[in-house]
This record gives sequence, C-alpha cells and structure tokens, in this order.
Amino acid sequence: MALQSLDIKRMSATTVQEPVARSPVTGTVAKLIDVSKCIGCKACQTACMEWNDLRDEVGETTGVYDNPLDLTPQSWTVMRFSEYENPKGDLEWLIRKDGCMHCEDPGCLKACPSPGAIVQYTNGIVDFHQENCIGCGYCVAGCPFNVPRISKQDDRAYKCTLCSDRVAVGQEPACVKTCPTGAITFGTKEDMKEHAAERIEDLKSRGFSNAGLYNPAGVGGTHVMYVLHHADQPSLYHGLKSDPSISPTVGLWKGLTKPLALAGMAVTALAGWFHYSRIGPNEVSKEEEAEAVAEAKRIREEAP
Amino acid sequence: MSSPNRDKDGNPLIQRYSKNDRSNHWVTAICFILLAVSGLAMFHPATSWMYVFLGGGQWTRILHPFIGLVMFISFALLVARFWHHNKIDAADKQWLKQMDDVLNNREEKLPKIGMYNAGQKILFFVLVGAMLGLLLSGVVIWRAYFSFYFPIEIVRLAALLHAFCAFVIICSIIVHIYAAFWVKGSIGAMVRGTVSYGWARKHHPRWFEEVVRKSRD
Amino acid sequence: MTNHWVDIKNADVILVMGGNAAEAHPCGFKWVTEAKAHRGAKLIVVDPRFTRTASVADHYVPTRTGADIVFLGGIINYLLTNDKIQHEYVRNYTDMPFIVREDFAFNDGLYSGWDDEKNKYTDKSSWNYEMGDDGYAKIDPTLEHPRCVYQLMKKHYSRYTPEMVEKACGVPPEKFHLVAEALASTAVPGRAATILYALGWTQHSTGAETLRTGAMVQLLLGNMGIAGGGMNALRGHSNIQGLTDLGLLTNMLPGYLTLPAEAEQDWDAYVAKRALKPLRPNQLSYYSNSKKFLVSFMKAWWGDAATEENHYAFDYLPKLDKPYDMMQAFELMNQGKMTGYICQGFNILASAPDKQKTTDALSKLKWLVIMDPLQTETSEFWKPHGDFHKVDPTKIQTEVFSLPTTCFAEERGSLVSSSRVLQWHWQGAEGPGQSRSDLEIMAGLFQRLKKAYQTEGGKFPDPIVNLTWNYANPNFPSPEELAMEYNGKALKEITDPKDPTKVLLKKNEQLAGFAQLKDDGSTACGCWIFAGSWTAQGNQMGRRDNSDPTGIGQTLNWAWAWPANRRVLYNRASCDPKGKPWDPTRKLIAWNGTAWGGADVPDYKADEPPENGMGPFIMLQEGVARFFSRDAMAEGPFPEHYEPFESPIGHNPLHPNNPKAFNNPAGRMFPNDRKKLGKKDQFPHAATSYRLTEHFHFWTKHARLNSIIQPEQFVEIGEALAKEVGVVHGDRVKVSSGRGYIIAKAVVTKRIKQLTIDGKPMHHVGLPINFGFKGLTKPGYLVNTLTPVVGDGNSQTPESKSFLVKVEKA
Ligand SMILES: Nc1nc2c(c(=O)[nH]1)N[C@H]1C(S)=C(S)[C@@H](COP(=O)(O)OP(=O)(O)OC[C@H]3O[C@@H](n4cnc5c(=O)[nH]c(N)nc54)[C@H](O)[C@@H]3O)O[C@H]1N2
Ligand SMILES: Nc1nc2c(c(=O)[nH]1)N[C@H]1C(S)=C(S)[C@@H](COP(=O)(O)OP(=O)(O)OC[C@H]3O[C@@H](n4cnc5c(=O)[nH]c(N)nc54)[C@H](O)[C@@H]3O)O[C@H]1N2
Ligand code: HEM
Ligand code: HEM
Ligand code: SF4
Ligand code: SF4
Ligand code: SF4
Ligand code: SF4
Ligand code: SF4
Ligand SMILES: [Mo]
Repeated sequence: MALQSLDIKRMSATTVQEPVARSPVTGTVAKLIDVSKCIGCKACQTACMEWNDLRDEVGETTGVYDNPLDLTPQSWTVMRFSEYENPKGDLEWLIRKDGCMHCEDPGCLKACPSPGAIVQYTNGIVDFHQENCIGCGYCVAGCPFNVPRISKQDDRAYKCTLCSDRVAVGQEPACVKTCPTGAITFGTKEDMKEHAAERIEDLKSRGFSNAGLYNPAGVGGTHVMYVLHHADQPSLYHGLKSDPSISPTVGLWKGLTKPLALAGMAVTALAGWFHYSRIGPNEVSKEEEAEAVAEAKRIREEAP
Repeated sequence: MSSPNRDKDGNPLIQRYSKNDRSNHWVTAICFILLAVSGLAMFHPATSWMYVFLGGGQWTRILHPFIGLVMFISFALLVARFWHHNKIDAADKQWLKQMDDVLNNREEKLPKIGMYNAGQKILFFVLVGAMLGLLLSGVVIWRAYFSFYFPIEIVRLAALLHAFCAFVIICSIIVHIYAAFWVKGSIGAMVRGTVSYGWARKHHPRWFEEVVRKSRD
Repeated sequence: MTNHWVDIKNADVILVMGGNAAEAHPCGFKWVTEAKAHRGAKLIVVDPRFTRTASVADHYVPTRTGADIVFLGGIINYLLTNDKIQHEYVRNYTDMPFIVREDFAFNDGLYSGWDDEKNKYTDKSSWNYEMGDDGYAKIDPTLEHPRCVYQLMKKHYSRYTPEMVEKACGVPPEKFHLVAEALASTAVPGRAATILYALGWTQHSTGAETLRTGAMVQLLLGNMGIAGGGMNALRGHSNIQGLTDLGLLTNMLPGYLTLPAEAEQDWDAYVAKRALKPLRPNQLSYYSNSKKFLVSFMKAWWGDAATEENHYAFDYLPKLDKPYDMMQAFELMNQGKMTGYICQGFNILASAPDKQKTTDALSKLKWLVIMDPLQTETSEFWKPHGDFHKVDPTKIQTEVFSLPTTCFAEERGSLVSSSRVLQWHWQGAEGPGQSRSDLEIMAGLFQRLKKAYQTEGGKFPDPIVNLTWNYANPNFPSPEELAMEYNGKALKEITDPKDPTKVLLKKNEQLAGFAQLKDDGSTACGCWIFAGSWTAQGNQMGRRDNSDPTGIGQTLNWAWAWPANRRVLYNRASCDPKGKPWDPTRKLIAWNGTAWGGADVPDYKADEPPENGMGPFIMLQEGVARFFSRDAMAEGPFPEHYEPFESPIGHNPLHPNNPKAFNNPAGRMFPNDRKKLGKKDQFPHAATSYRLTEHFHFWTKHARLNSIIQPEQFVEIGEALAKEVGVVHGDRVKVSSGRGYIIAKAVVTKRIKQLTIDGKPMHHVGLPINFGFKGLTKPGYLVNTLTPVVGDGNSQTPESKSFLVKVEKA
C-alpha cells in the first residue's frame, strides 16, 4: 500500500508535522456495524478474504460458531458469538463483527517504531503499510482492542484496512458491500451517527432501553462504530471494552518519557564533554610515573 | 616497537587485563554498540535513521534480540570474571562522599582504591541489573518467538521496562566510556591489557600495591 | 411464495416458523430487516433451536420439532374463540359459508372413509361440500349452519387449547399467547403479517398439512393476497422453484399440470378431471382452461406428431402406477427393479435419508451416471472412506460414469427465485477442463438414445423419435432456444375470434401470455405459466429496471415473474368486495370503475366489475380460498396433528388411545424401513437436521472460503443434555439412531433448551447436514446416516426434521 491515494494525516514514528492543511470537507468516514441487525452469516468475513486475497488455514471446530476462532494475519475480521441470558431469563445471541476499530487516537500508530508503517489518513482510516513494517509487534502492544496480528510468513503486521483501497476510489468496504442485511453501513462519520440514532430509537422502542452507539471517547472515538442493544454493557459482546483507551503503560512507554530519555542520554554525553573541557583529563604526570616506579621498587624490596 | 612490559616512552607497565578479559569485554562492547544503535532506531523517531546500521528496519528487528543474547552471555562471563573485584567496601563509601574531588581530578585526597573505584563498582551493578532487565523484558517483547506466550499487559510492561533499562544502560555506558577517555591510560588497559605504574598507583593504589607485592614472588 | 422477497418489507408482523430464514436465506432476509427498521415490524421465531434468525427476533419461542400443527391449530382456536378474524374478508373470500356433506365425520383422529382393515382411506367422497340441485355447492352466508366450514372448523380446533399446545409442543401459555396476540393484531385491514417457512415445516410426515394450517391462519387474519402478507415458502436450491415449475417431480408436467395415473387412459376424461368447473355461480375457475395448457404443451413436445386425431399424442405420456420419487427409486433399486440411475446435480448419498439404504441401493445398480462439477460422496459411494463410510468395493459391481459439468456461473439462462421471478443470467466464466454444460450432455444423451431407437427399434420408440428437437445445433440447444420454447409460440396465424380480419399472432410469433393459448393445436407452449417470459418483445427475464413507482417494492420491470408477471398472488383479495384496497397505503391493485390496475398485475379478470361477486381466488373452483381442502390432501380436509414416525413421546397427545391416529395415517413408509424405526426408550432424544449458513449442502465444503468459516462437523446439544452425557463443548459425541451412528464434536449451547413434553423432560439434538467425507472441511460422517425413510403423505418429502437418536460421549 505504498502508493497510497489517500492523504495522510498521521504517520508512525514521525515527529514532523504531516500535511494537514487540506482535509476532507465532509469530515471523516466511518463504518457502522449494527449488531442488532447482524445475523452472523459471515458474508463480511468471506468478502474480506476475497477482496483482500486472504486465505486462512481450514481450522477445526472447537464447540462454538466462531471460525476462525480469532483474528489472524489472514482473517482481518471475525464474528464473535456470545450467548447471554438477560435478566428476564430470555436468551440473547449477541453476534459482533470484530476487527480494527480505526481509532481516532490509534494506540497501534502511537506504538509503532517504524516510520510510515502505520498511517492515519485524513478520512480517519488507520492503515498498515507493510513495506515499512519491521514486524516488531509494538502495534499489538499498543492497540487497546487487541487487533493487529503479525504474520509468521513475512513478519509484518496485518489488520483490517477499512478497505482503504476501495474507499480511495469512492467505493464502500467489501464487507459493507456484501452484508446481506444492511447491518454494516458506511459513510461520513456524521451520517453514520445520524443513522445510528435512528437505529437506537428503534431498539429503544423494542425494549432495549440501554441501546446506544459505541464510539468510545477514550480513543478519541472510532471510525468503526457499533450500535449495541446493551450499550451500558459492551463486555457482553465477547468482551468488548467498556471504556477503552491506550493503556497507561503504553502512554508512559511511548509518551513524553521517550524524548526525555533521549535528552537524558544526550545530556549525559554533553556532561562528559563539558566536564572534559572544563576540568580536563585525568592524566598521570611524569613525576607520578617515576614515583610509582620508585614505590614499586620499594615494595618489591620489602621483605615478604 | 615497545616491549610488552614498557610503553612507548619506556615506562614499565603492569598487566591489568588478560587477553581473554579484553576479548570478552570488547565482544560485550561491540554488541552494546550494535544494540544501542539498533535499539535507539526503534526507540524514537529522532533516531530512526539508525536503522541503517543493521541494514534497515526488518534486519534491525531480527538482529537486535539475537545480538542482545550474545551480549548477555558475553556480559555474564565478564561479570563472572570481575565479580570479586566489585565488592563494595568502606573506602568506597568514603570515595563516594568525595565525589567533588573525584570530578575535579583531586585523587590524592581520595581514600586508597583497589581494583575498581566505587563509581566503577556501582556501574558494574547497574549494568548487571540493567542487563537482567533487558534480557527478561527483551524476551517478552520478542514478537517472533515469545510474545504470544504473554498477556498483553505483561508485554506492555516489558516494553516499558526494556526501554527504561536501555535508557539506563546507555547512559551508564556513556559515563563508562567517558571515564575511560577522561582517565588517560584507561583505554590501554582494555586495549593492550596493561597500565603504567603511575596510572595504577594514582587511580588504584591498593590494587597497585597488591600487584606489585605479588610480582615479588 | 405467494408474495415476493421485497414485499416482506411491507409486513407488520413476521412469523418465521419452520425455517431459519437468516441462515438459509440471508440475502432475502434483508427485507425482514427492512420491515423491522422502517415499519417497526415485529419478528417472531418459533423453532426448536435458537437460530441466527432468532438472534434478531423480538420474540423467540422454543417448540418441539414435529408438533407445529398443534401450535398453529392453537392459533386458529385462539383467533376463532377470541373472534380475532378479519370478518369481511373471511366471509367473502373463503369457504367458511360452504356446507359440508352430512356423511363427513371425524372420529378420534380419523376422518370418514377410513378403512380399518386396509389401514388407509379408501373412500374420500364424504370429504366434500353438499351440492345443490343447480350443480353448485351449498352455502350459508350467516355461518350458522352446523355443517358450514366455519362451524366445523371451530369445532375441530376447539381441542387445540393452550394447554394442549403446552403439552405437545412444550410451549408455555404466556409464550404462546405472545405469538397469538401478535398475529391477531393483523386481523385488521391496516396491518399485515407474513409467514416465512421452509423445511422446518415441509420435512415432516405431516409437512404439507402443516403448511396448510399456516395458510389457514393467514386466511383468518385476512393476510392472503395483500402486500406484506402471504404464505412465503423460502425455496432451496437457487433454481428449485424452476424445478417444480417445470414439473421435474415424477408425477408432474410443466406448469403444475399432472401426469395421468394408470387408470386415466382416456384423453377426454383426463382433461375433464383437470379442467375444473366453477362450484359457485359467477366464478372463474381458471383451471377450466386446462385443456389449452395441456394441448399446447403436447404440441411443444411432439409438434406435428401431436394431432387432434391422436389426442395430441396423449398415448406418449406415461401413465403412472405410483409416484416415482426419490424414496421409491431407492426402494426399487434395493429390490433389484431399477438397475440404472442418472444422478444429475444430486449428491444422493449425502442428501437422501438412511445412507446405508442408499449405499445398498446404489451397490445393486448396473450403472450409475454422475453429472456433477465435483467428485461427490455419491460418485465415490463404492470406495471406503475410513470410519465415515465403510464399504467393500470388491462386492460392488456398479459401473460409475462421471461426467463433469459446468456450474451456474459457467452458463447462461434463467433461474426462478422463490418470488417466482425468472431472472436471466449471463455466463461469468468458461467451465474448467473437460466439463460440459448439462444441456450439452443431455442433448448428447438424447441424440444417442434417439439414434438407438431409430436403428434398433424398441417397444415404444414414438415418444422419443418424435420429440421436437428443432435446435440450430441439435447437440447443444441454446438456453435462448429453450426459453423461447417454454414461452411458446403460434403454430399458425391466429386471428381475433370476434374480428377475423384482426391478426393477433403471426405464424411462429412468440406468445404474449397464456391467455393466448388454444386447445386446437394452433399454439405450442412448453410451460404455460412461463408464457410471457420471452415474447415478441424479446427476453423479459433479462429486464433490469428496478424502478418502483409506488414505493412498495413492486418492480414490475425487473426480470419477469410467473404468472403473467404478477408479483403478489391473489392480489384481488387486497381490496374489499367493492374493489377498494383494504389498506390504501399498501395498494397493490384497485377497481377504477372500468378496470383493475395498480402496482401489480391483477390476479383477476381485468375488467370484471366487483358487483358481479367473482371471488378473488380464481384458480379455485369455489372462487374463494379453502379452509376445507375437500379431497385434495391425503390425510383429510382439516389438518390434524399426528406424531412424527419416530416420536419422543410415543403417543399422540390428541388421541392418546387411538394407535391408528398416532402417526400420519397417510404417511409414506416401506415395510423394510419401518423395521428400522427407533423407539423412545432406546433413542430418547428428538433430533432435527438442518443447514448452516456457512455452507450450501454438501458442495461448498469443497470451497476453501466456506471451509475456513465452518471447518468441521458438529452436533448441537443443550447444556442439560451435555451434563447428562458428561461432555463439554469441543468433546466428541456419538449420535446413533435405528439406522446407524455418527461421531462429531459437540457444540454445547444455551440455544437448545430442554423442553417439558407431556409432563416429561425432553432434549433436542441439532444435526447440521453440511459435512461429509469429501472436500476441504475436516472429513466427517453424513448426517443422513441417521435419518429414517419416511415420507410426507402428500409430497413424499422425507421426515428429516424429526426423528429419534441417542447421544453418548464418544
Ligand atoms: N446457507 C445455506 N442456505 C441454504 C441451503 C444451504 O444448504 N445452505 N439450502 C437451501 C435449500 S435446498 C433449502 S430447502 C432451504 C431450507 O431452508 P430452511 O428450511 O430454512 O433450513 P433448515 O436449516 O433445513 O431448517 C430450518 C429450521 O427448521 C427448524 N425446525 C426443525 N423442525 C422444526 C419443526 O418441527 N418446527 C419448526 N417450527 N421448526 C423446525 C430447524 O431447527 C431449523 O432451524 O435452504 C436453502 N438455503
Ligand atoms: N437430513 C437432511 N437431509 C436433507 C435435508 C435436510 O434438511 N436434512 N435437506 C434436503 C434438501 S431440501 C435438499 S435440496 C437436498 C440437497 O441435496 P443435493 O441437491 O443432493 O445437495 P447438493 O450438495 O446441493 O448437491 C448438488 C450437486 O450439484 C452439483 N452442481 C452444482 N451446479 C451444477 C450444475 O450446474 N450442473 C450439475 N449437473 N451439477 C451441479 C454440486 O456440485 C453438487 O454436488 O438435501 C436434502 N437432504
Ligand atoms: C564501547 C565502549 C567501551 C569502552 C571504551 C570501554 C572501556 C573500558 C575500560 C577502559 C575499562 C577499564 C576500566 C578499568 O580497568 O578501570 C572498562 C572496564 C569495564 N567495562 Fe568497559 N568499555 C566500553 C563498553 C563496555 C560495555 C558495553 C560494557 C558492559 C555492558 C562494559 C563493561 C565493563 C566492565 C564490567 C568493566 C570492568 C569494570 C568493572 O567491573 O567495574 N564496557 N571498560
Ligand atoms: C539482553 C538481550 C536483549 C534482548 C533479548 C532484546 C530484545 C529486544 C527486542 C525484542 C526489542 C523489540 C524490537 C525487536 O523485536 O527487535 C528490543 C528493543 C530495544 N532494545 Fe533490546 N534486547 C536486548 C538487549 C538490549 C540492550 C543491551 C539494549 C541497550 C543498548 C537494548 C536496547 C533496546 C532498545 C532501546 C529498544 C527499543 C525500545 C523502544 O523502542 O522502546 N536492548 N530489544
Ligand atoms: S455480513 Fe452483515 S449480517 Fe452477515 S455477519 Fe457480517 S455484519 Fe453480520
Ligand atoms: S483498533 Fe487497534 S489496530 Fe485498530 S486503529 Fe485502533 S489501535 Fe490501531
Ligand atoms: S509490527 Fe506493528 S509496530 Fe512494528 S513496525 Fe510493523 S506496524 Fe509498526
Ligand atoms: S473494511 Fe475491508 S478490510 Fe476491513 S473487514 Fe471490511 S472488508 Fe475486511
Ligand atoms: S446464494 Fe448466497 S449470495 Fe445468493 S442469495 Fe443465497 S445467500 Fe445470497
Ligand atoms: Mo432444498
């Protein structure tokens, strides 16, 4: 994805100002996944594999419907099935399409040490550019949603691109295009929020009083959002985080401490320089040398 | 050519490090340099240009941990060699109190120092600590082979710890190198294995006496 | 479907029962989502398992497999006793006022005409209306006559109480009432309910009657013929609708015309029996035109060889001694009476019940031809596949020919969707290797057969050698030629009977519709209901204009629907007797004073004024819809519950003391298969089989993508059963029945609940059918190892949805 056709607003391991003078007038984009409409058919999973030329191994059944069982470098999105008995005693089968959330404040990008391996376009999509990826896996540690996967084949990180290649030419992502129920929609983030609001109203009218939009502020909002029946309990949806944010550990690791540490090293070196130039070297004078030889002689002559 | 026991001015020399000591140290040192530049490349964008030293990002990512392992082993041998020289004693405490004299080249005022002064000893233990930290954390963040065995929060902590230890070790080694450069004659100890009598008596008088005394027999 | 996919969006209540629309019909299910999102529709799912359809439902009701007539009968009872029926509709548009014969009776589960010795119905004559001297059926518009259909029905279903529903289905009254009330809310003109069903209703020994019960509910609610209503059968294979339309069932001819039975050797009697006359004054009874359909069909097949003198080659038509359906075929093979079999696009070993019987049957053949793009389980039935399929090839002499075919994407032609829409598609790619299209292979076979008859003679070569075969390339008829043939054409110039100077059709001109068919041999039409699909204006199936002027999803210019491009059947019933739409916001058609018209093609005589009282169900002799099916069904005029042939309770809760009314008295079973039936003591669990959304039957397991998303066979059991058996999810279980066993991993789920049936706990076992021992998924057993060879009394559909098994830890 080197020859990207989208404008970049943020790039991993880069400290200079990115070109931001121009940005989409319509705002950023978003994919809205209406969990309440999703029937878990996995068409999106299949479309993703087809469009992106991904072919995972044929695995095995582990006693659940989730297949593959987890995200992999070849499976950028998987359906997560959770059986939940609500307080009324009725069963709910909550099916969530898992994958990259395209955080406005992406932990992966923050963590990435390789310039240009992770970029965020002005439209909000967070994309991995594998040719710049060094395979260190920092993005894995950085991501609050446990999304990126490093391929054993080429040691590069992979995840949902939000079909940046399609979006760049004005098409919706492959999974959106294929979703038979219209559970996934795509558009400007504003439009998606409006659409979500309608859906939430419908859900509320059906007794889901806590229906709501999942667009967590902790990561600055996401460009993949969910409509949830139980927005008050995201963890019901296969452990979706209630209040995700970049881990404080990662914040500390990748925050201000880093430049400070660099400065610390520089200061240490400079301190040496100044010490040397102010105090000067610690040398052994001719006299000291002679004294030492003399002393040595004396000692040697001492009786043992 | 000067004889092995004389410097170019004809001053007699004392053997401070054996061939093996020196090789061991320089293996460690070379590894460190490689690790420092490769680590720093990943450390912060300002130093990403350092990826070139190991042949780009992927090679940096691949080689760094292996070099780290080599360094760790080599360092461990070094530690085994020098461990007995690095026991802190009363004189060391006094030495530390007189840091001002140390920095201002007023060694004559300092208590008599053995093989290593307190600064070197402290550095020694800092290095030991940092290396252990780097090894343990380094393995945890070693994505290709090990990271998937650890929960994500542990990996994050390890990354933080690794960066911190790296910071510590780099600063320490800067000081270490500077000291070698500052205290003239030190480099020779690690390069040729010998120091002059004057150097030995000035910086490590107790050691000097010990060595000379031993050389009587 | 009486309605169509897009029309589902017009529904206010959607009952998915006897199907799993979201998984088996995900694309069509979009319209359910639309109805929910934009009409606020309520979705109700009644299924033994909590399916992916249930996951998006407003209400899910777990029920026992094989007991839906009790549930639906309960709904009928609820609607009738609470008077939640659309009065004006049922009075005018159904047979409620019709008076039934006096000798009609129902005694403890059996109708009059039952012969206790022969164990079957020998005389169905009492299953009829009382006829007046005028030749018409008698009616009582007040509905008070004790023998009018309304009163009889009320009485019949009074036994289907909520308590009975609880007892037989395990559905508690609260849950039952939830469904009943939701459906009842549509008994008013402004609201519509649709019913979506498929195999969960059909694959039972009482399948056809279950559908009828559903249809009766819809009629009571006034939901037939209206937008957002209807009885919607979600069909299977992409062209399974086309298969039935074209008469590929053994007793059928194209367009739902029926083959003569052995006794029907007389042409005129044969036609008379099908050209049904109206049973009430002023009614249309469109099938009175049957002769036109039959003659035109026979002209299409035998051209000049079909003449008035030879009764249009009536002798060429086979006269059936019995239906030759799949189960019959395997029975005959096993008896050594059928020695060759052409298996075209059919993985019979995997899909037919009782794999052992199928294996034995195929092993007795002399030859077996497989026409399939893949190497299937069937094409390797003779080869051992470990534990999954144990056979001894040295004992099998069957010669197997594999003819690789192309598949749908590699050819062009039309497919008929559940919506009855014939949609033309174009070839996407060339077939690989040596594959040839089915058309080419069939034509090749035919040419050789014909040649053999021509050169060697034979008992009765005429139907073969005289078959019309006017294709440009006789070895490879084009899909276009065939499509045109189905539509039909004029064989000579046809003029207006009122004005002979006016030429309606030139010789060889394509017909515009079936109204132009003649019974004098001047028209040919391969399938009368397809007339209009390829007219003089060209291929109507290729049309792609999706404009929807009224916004209710009536895209009349998108492809073409049979009959006559009509999208909602019986749409005359969407208007009140005066011709005004019941619901003006969902107007399909209306009477404008001179003609019928609107968003759909009227299912009615276009210029018939409402005052004349012609009923909306013009295909029926009554002109109105039937609650009382007369003698059309094998088991009786009103649907009655009978237990599956393998019943987990061992008696019929409605007729506990009548063993003859235990199972469907008209159900289909061969003696040898009966021996293999399991009893509840040995096989205590009620099993049901079904497909998973990730796979299409037994062939997408050959595709990598599908195999990735569903890689291995499993069995679904509830938590309670898992505990009893001592397994957790991922463990292997052995499931056995009277026919054999399979071993697979267990999916232990909250989605299958233990039910209390007749006071006792009962477990369901769910068996996804999509796996086997060929393909890219992990090799496994065929689920049809377990199923019994039991057929529905009317359709002979196997009872794959209800049988007994035992689950153990493997
Ligand atoms: N993905 C996919 N889609 C398909 C197919 C496929 O193989 N894969 N096959 C196609 C074909 S050919 C067909 S015929 C259709 C079939 O479509 P469906 O009939 O919808 O599919 P099934 O999975 O056979 O069964 C549907 C449901 O019936 C339930 N059921 C079983 N017994 C009963 C009962 O007594 N009462 C009630 N109410 N429910 C019951 C089962 O639990 C199951 O959930 O699907 C078509 N679509
Ligand atoms: N226990 C149980 N048994 C069942 C069912 C159930 O629910 N439970 N469902 C039943 C139902 S509804 C159905 S429809 C059957 C399905 O049973 P089958 O129709 O036997 O199953 P498929 O796997 O769809 O087989 C179709 C075959 O056609 C081939 N094919 C595809 N395209 C073409 C083509 O263009 N030409 C030719 N010649 N071949 C082609 C495919 O490769 C495949 O092998 O299974 C039935 N069996
Ligand atoms: C790359 C530049 C380096 C230089 C120029 C350098 C130089 C020296 C010199 C001159 C000495 C001898 C000091 C003395 O004898 O008093 C020494 C000792 C030593 N060096 Fe280095 N060194 C370098 C790197 C390292 C590194 C990377 C390590 C280990 C991490 C290291 C570990 C040691 C140790 C352990 C000693 C013995 C002192 C003690 O035990 O306290 N050195 N070094
Ligand atoms: C002891 C054995 C060591 C191991 C196993 C190890 C391993 C690693 C690993 C796996 C990484 C992540 C990048 C990659 O996958 O290549 C890393 C990063 C790093 N390493 Fe090491 N390393 C070791 C020693 C060292 C040493 C001695 C230094 C100090 C010079 C060092 C400095 C760094 C730095 C600065 C980084 C980047 C940290 C960041 O970006 O926050 N490492 N190391
Ligand atoms: S394609 Fe749509 S309905 Fe199907 S699983 Fe994906 S999101 Fe859900
Ligand atoms: S979800 Fe993870 S991988 Fe995706 S943008 Fe956010 S931090 Fe990055
Ligand atoms: S593995 Fe992740 S963090 Fe490392 S370079 Fe690649 S994208 Fe960046
Ligand atoms: S947006 Fe594209 S890359 Fe992401 S899950 Fe959907 S199809 Fe896959
Ligand atoms: S076959 Fe697949 S794509 Fe076609 S309608 Fe069915 S679910 Fe949709
Ligand atoms: Mo089917």
